[in-house]
Amino acid sequence: MSSRLRRGTLLEGVRRFGVTSIFLVRLLAGCVSALARPGLIVAQIFNAGGRSLIIIMLSGLFTGMVLGLLGQDVLQRFGAETALGQLAALALLKQLGPVLTALLFAGRAGTALTSEIGLMKATDQLTAMEVMAVDPMSYVAAPRFLGGVIAMPLLAAIFNVIGLFGAHLIGVGLLGIDRGTFWSQTQSAVGMHDVTEGIVKSLVFGAVISLIAVNEGYQSEPTAEGVGLATTRTVVASSVLTLLLDYVLTAAFL
Amino acid sequence: MRDVHYAIDGRPIFAGLNIRVRRGLITAVMGPSGTGKTTLLRLITGQLFADSGTVSVFGRDIADLSSSEIYAARRRMGMLFQNGALLTDINVFDNVAFPVREHTDLPESVIRKLVLTKLEAVGLRGAAELMPGELSGGMARRVALARAIVMDPEVLLYDEPFVGLDPISLGVILRLIKQMNQALGITSVVVSHDVQELATIADQSYLLSGGCVVAAGAPQELAKSDSETVHQFMTGSAEGPVKFHYPAPDYASQLLGADEK
Repeated sequence: MSSRLRRGTLLEGVRRFGVTSIFLVRLLAGCVSALARPGLIVAQIFNAGGRSLIIIMLSGLFTGMVLGLLGQDVLQRFGAETALGQLAALALLKQLGPVLTALLFAGRAGTALTSEIGLMKATDQLTAMEVMAVDPMSYVAAPRFLGGVIAMPLLAAIFNVIGLFGAHLIGVGLLGIDRGTFWSQTQSAVGMHDVTEGIVKSLVFGAVISLIAVNEGYQSEPTAEGVGLATTRTVVASSVLTLLLDYVLTAAFL
Repeated sequence: MRDVHYAIDGRPIFAGLNIRVRRGLITAVMGPSGTGKTTLLRLITGQLFADSGTVSVFGRDIADLSSSEIYAARRRMGMLFQNGALLTDINVFDNVAFPVREHTDLPESVIRKLVLTKLEAVGLRGAAELMPGELSGGMARRVALARAIVMDPEVLLYDEPFVGLDPISLGVILRLIKQMNQALGITSVVVSHDVQELATIADQSYLLSGGCVVAAGAPQELAKSDSETVHQFMTGSAEGPVKFHYPAPDYASQLLGADEK
């Protein structure tokens, strides 16, 4: 019984991987023709990025403030509280910025993408496009995918800047670390390698989350329950894959 | 469509379906719910492919066409969906203009005139700036009809065009289907189970049941048919060859709990 169940789960996993791979090939082909419609891509950058801005900025601020408090508490035990700027900058650029932004992006923009495409499918809008000889892959899926890929690094960059400001607010404003020391430590500790790691991570996370979100919407059952389940799958798969890929990329950049 | 067989998950939908749509005529395809009327339209538009048999569109088997050739064939067709299927993120005007902007390089001034002409034909020129969410079901259907005819197609496919319409909208849609057929020579395929409405406009009709055509001819001929299936469908009787009830255990024994465990 359990071996049959395992085989069924494995087969379902292989099937899903196959469906997603075929979808990715079609999506990349659709991206080529979608580039001829820059207006659609800009609109999707706004949908995925602009509309996530408030939660990203708020989360960045509080994450930075927590880093300030916690960093100060730990570092002062070693008499190294002046290294707070260095700690906050590296933690944000290399880990917290890309990962937390990706998790928030999956919850806010990923779910919106999946449910929007799922509902378009359920109300025959995608079928109507096909009948009008317009490929929904290049008109609906590709602009949303590209919009997500472009928006994600921009959001991560904003998260990092606001986060660093939050750490500065607590470290310098509240706990009395010298402003000059904070910024000079930050400047000397952060190299191009660290910035590149953050950018690569956020690009990869953006591509993976957007692919999952668009694919789940496209493959969803055209019912209210089907769209709901697809939206849940988007959040779960995006979050788990983000953390898994974060480990792989961190190891690769060491 | 010649000897078309089509099954979904092993359940046969069509088993030897033969339908011929004549150019310039209105063809009605009728049948009880679940007989595959919408599937038939999807076979014609090349969204689905028959398991066996031939579906010829504009003289060519749609199964032999490449995807770009299918898209080219679709540009010569228009389709009215049961629920309208309007794009919900753009307004009525942009919905009607959508296929024109996608397939032509016409200037916006020409597109504007074209769209307003089509919206006037369905009585919704004043609703051009409304969003689809602000329309009633009947209005959405009329906008969808304006979108379906904006490219002046050679063939128009209607999927249940009369469902849920008020008497005025119903009369307008009926007249539009007839007018477009007579004035522009558009070949129309109307899939519906509204027998009375179809009888007023159809030139030829097919009645589907059990995956194949059980009766064909002019609507008046069908009304006089001796076939039990045709008679049951025309009179709307629950008793007859077409089962109204889904297969179930004996009613009395189920109510009295004979099969409870």
